[in-house]
Amino acid sequence: MSASLPKLHRRALPFDPLIVLWIVLAAALVLLVVNPLFRLVQTSLQDTDTGAFTWMNYVTAYSRPRYLVAMLNSLRLGAGVTVLCLLFAVPMAWAVSRTDMPGKGLIRFLVLGAFVTPPYLGAIAWILLAGPNSGWLNRVWMAVTGAHEGPFNIYTFSGLTFNIAIYSFPYLFIFTTAALDLVSSEMEDAANILGAGILRTTMRVTLPMVLPAILGGAIVTFLEAIALFGSPALIAIPARFTVVTTQLLEFFGEPVRVEVAAAYAVPLLLITVVLFGLQRRLVSRRGFVALTGKGGERRIMQIGPWRWVMLGYSLLVLSLSVLFPYIVLGQAALSKAWGRGFSLDNLTLHNFTYLLFEHETAGRSVMNSFTYAAAAACIAITLGLSIAYINSRRLLPFSGVLSFLCMAPFVVPGIVLAIAFYAAYAPPPFALYGTALILILAFATRFLPIGFANADAAIRTIHPEMEEAVRILGGGRLTAIRHVLAPLMKRNLIGAWLLVFIPATRELSSAMFLYGPKTRTMSVMLMDMSEEGNFESLAALGFLLLISTLVIVGIATALLGRDFMLRRERQ
Amino acid sequence: MTDSKLALVGLGKSFGSTPAVIDVSLSLRPGEFVSLLGPSGCGKTTTLRMIAGFMKPTAGRIEVNGQTVSTPGSVVAPERRGMSMIFQSYAIWPNMTVGQNVAFGLKLRKISAAEVTERVDRILDTVQLRHLKDRYPAELSGGQQQRVALARAIVIEPEVLLLDEPLSNLDANLREEMRSEIRRLHDAFQITTVYVTHDQSEAMVTSDRIVVMNRGRIEQVDDPVSLYQRPKTRFVAGFIGRTNLLDGRHDGNRIVFPGFDVPSGCISSNDTSFSIRPQSIILHDGAPVGQGATWWIAGTIVERAYLGEYWEYVVRPAGSDLRLRVSTPPTVVHDIDRAVWMEIDPGRIVPIPPPGPRAEGDFS
Repeated sequence: MSASLPKLHRRALPFDPLIVLWIVLAAALVLLVVNPLFRLVQTSLQDTDTGAFTWMNYVTAYSRPRYLVAMLNSLRLGAGVTVLCLLFAVPMAWAVSRTDMPGKGLIRFLVLGAFVTPPYLGAIAWILLAGPNSGWLNRVWMAVTGAHEGPFNIYTFSGLTFNIAIYSFPYLFIFTTAALDLVSSEMEDAANILGAGILRTTMRVTLPMVLPAILGGAIVTFLEAIALFGSPALIAIPARFTVVTTQLLEFFGEPVRVEVAAAYAVPLLLITVVLFGLQRRLVSRRGFVALTGKGGERRIMQIGPWRWVMLGYSLLVLSLSVLFPYIVLGQAALSKAWGRGFSLDNLTLHNFTYLLFEHETAGRSVMNSFTYAAAAACIAITLGLSIAYINSRRLLPFSGVLSFLCMAPFVVPGIVLAIAFYAAYAPPPFALYGTALILILAFATRFLPIGFANADAAIRTIHPEMEEAVRILGGGRLTAIRHVLAPLMKRNLIGAWLLVFIPATRELSSAMFLYGPKTRTMSVMLMDMSEEGNFESLAALGFLLLISTLVIVGIATALLGRDFMLRRERQ
Repeated sequence: MTDSKLALVGLGKSFGSTPAVIDVSLSLRPGEFVSLLGPSGCGKTTTLRMIAGFMKPTAGRIEVNGQTVSTPGSVVAPERRGMSMIFQSYAIWPNMTVGQNVAFGLKLRKISAAEVTERVDRILDTVQLRHLKDRYPAELSGGQQQRVALARAIVIEPEVLLLDEPLSNLDANLREEMRSEIRRLHDAFQITTVYVTHDQSEAMVTSDRIVVMNRGRIEQVDDPVSLYQRPKTRFVAGFIGRTNLLDGRHDGNRIVFPGFDVPSGCISSNDTSFSIRPQSIILHDGAPVGQGATWWIAGTIVERAYLGEYWEYVVRPAGSDLRLRVSTPPTVVHDIDRAVWMEIDPGRIVPIPPPGPRAEGDFS
């Protein structure tokens, strides 16, 4: 033992090598977060030719009524989507979390299905379902009633609102169930034993306690809705109305007026920042939910025949969101012509073979999506994990700044981020526009908050004493990381990686503004094909996207447990 | 049975094939304070939740004022039992002020607003929280939250008040204060009370009678003094206070323990197990002066600890492997390895009846 003492008593180094790591991480964050956002604001205030300071871009962006109407439309859209989502999600969340409604597993599964369905794919499905006259719902209506035209038209403002809502409500569902799951049953028992029945207990005790979470979820829903690009592009453009995101695309048409786009996007960024601030304050407000003490076991409310009502309602919403859309997409993907309906002679696999082997760019786009997403996920998790570790163990000063920067992209809508990246890295000297690199970096930035929040949560589950035990026995920090930390966090990190990877495979809004001829992703490919009106190939491509996601989610669920995706991220 | 406020008759609860509560029968007089005491998993909380109506029994029934409220077939809902309950987590609603929390039950009873205000104020005065009426629970300390829970439960003047380990989340000082507070409130309002705890001192301070439960069954029901002085089962002797349990056998007029023997005196020949409290043993340096019925056992001090208020010794009787715990006043000092004599007054020896066939296998 005494032989090893000199080694143990080695003197401390004059400086901590972790400083180098700190600098590397800070540089990465400047590259990914600070510089693009700075360039976005700078570009919006600059004359493109002279580089001089000017307000003219803002004047241009807001001088035409058409542009202002787009803003107004976005706000109306956000509000409508939020109200619908509240109606869809809150009763369902309550039924799943607190009552004896049957089929909870199925409902959770279908909500997960809605959650992983890219909204633009849902929009395509609903074009098949509720397109004027030719849509399936209209055809069924006409067949049943004998009318000459159906009542449904997805190409309307309300159609778009509804369509976005049925794919956005999972956020609220997750927020609400997470909060409800934290409410100790004793809170409800206390109201019961004092004489309150189920309805009164729910209205006076349960829902008020989770109200901040519901409001927080509503804000997120609103922000997601106004930042959405795919569904409005597919529905609003043919319906001849504009929202902020489609207007931004217009500014990116020939000639590209990035300075006007930047000026137009800055308010969207500000609204998002302010509302997310509000959301955080609501959710973290003291006194709500936090007061649980030693929560007893959870007791399920017995709601009698109402449980069938709740189940019926949940299934109705989820049919509109998952079941019907998947049926019509599947039918179209396997059809020679989708309008010919369900018959054997209409069946073909040609759409898939065409996409994968004949189409000049489709096969490549599939590859692109997965490689970019994987690369982005690796970057986001590595960065997020390093910063979360430094931060949680207080290894270096100012680590709080790093974690703040990691979370910052959370409040940047994807489309704004794309414009910011364009402003920062499209011009020389970088000239990265259209390269795989800019897409990967943009994706990594966009999903960095997810990676960071999950890595941070994973690290927090491990008590520092686990590591300290290694070190007091003579193991270095790296030994502790390798033999204790890494094995303990493996599962959580794979989960976090997937939570970045999956949305990155279908990311549209940032890709739409940054892709080049050789760097189309699946999502961009889908938008291109929708312009051609080739719904069979479109559906087939959408199915490839979905099936690959389902396979990944399926494997992950088997490895990591059912709820890994529906768990609310800690923010 | 008509004079009982609350009666449990042959009450049982099984989860699947695992019994949690077995054949519990108990009757409470109006205004009586009864504790259910036992280690975790003994079925006390399950019993309480059945009384509250949150759980359905699988055997037996529960009566309130002579009317059946729970049977395996039907259960009156908790909200229609006129009871109130204090939970382990207090379950103070964080979205309501102290005043709103306390008024909740009264408002459900369609009492006029003026009377609600008056009764809320009165009960808040009683628990000394009047000044915090408009505060939110998150601003209160643990002890204050506990008082809110008490006020909220008592203000409706329930038929039966149920308490589920209400003090387990408080620190030691506050716990002592609150247990007296609970008893004080009980004396003031005379509400029939069932109190679940695993802490014997809580039960002894608060209760008229204590029900000791173990493995789903009632071991003994008695007032605190009898329970301590005359435990009827080995489990109760060991659970209530600390004790030495000795197993011996009769041989003529002696009782033989492993390694030593003592005169049997007036102890009945049926009893072979004995509970002797540590403070019932007196230590002497020298040999006994008189014999008689008193037990004198020679031994050696093998361990000792000074606890300020008393000394605690472990004494090994000569020729034996037994280890007897002895508490002495702080002034009685004996060194380790010293030979001593233990004097035990037979009047303070409690014979423990042999386990009956019912409890077979219960005492390992």
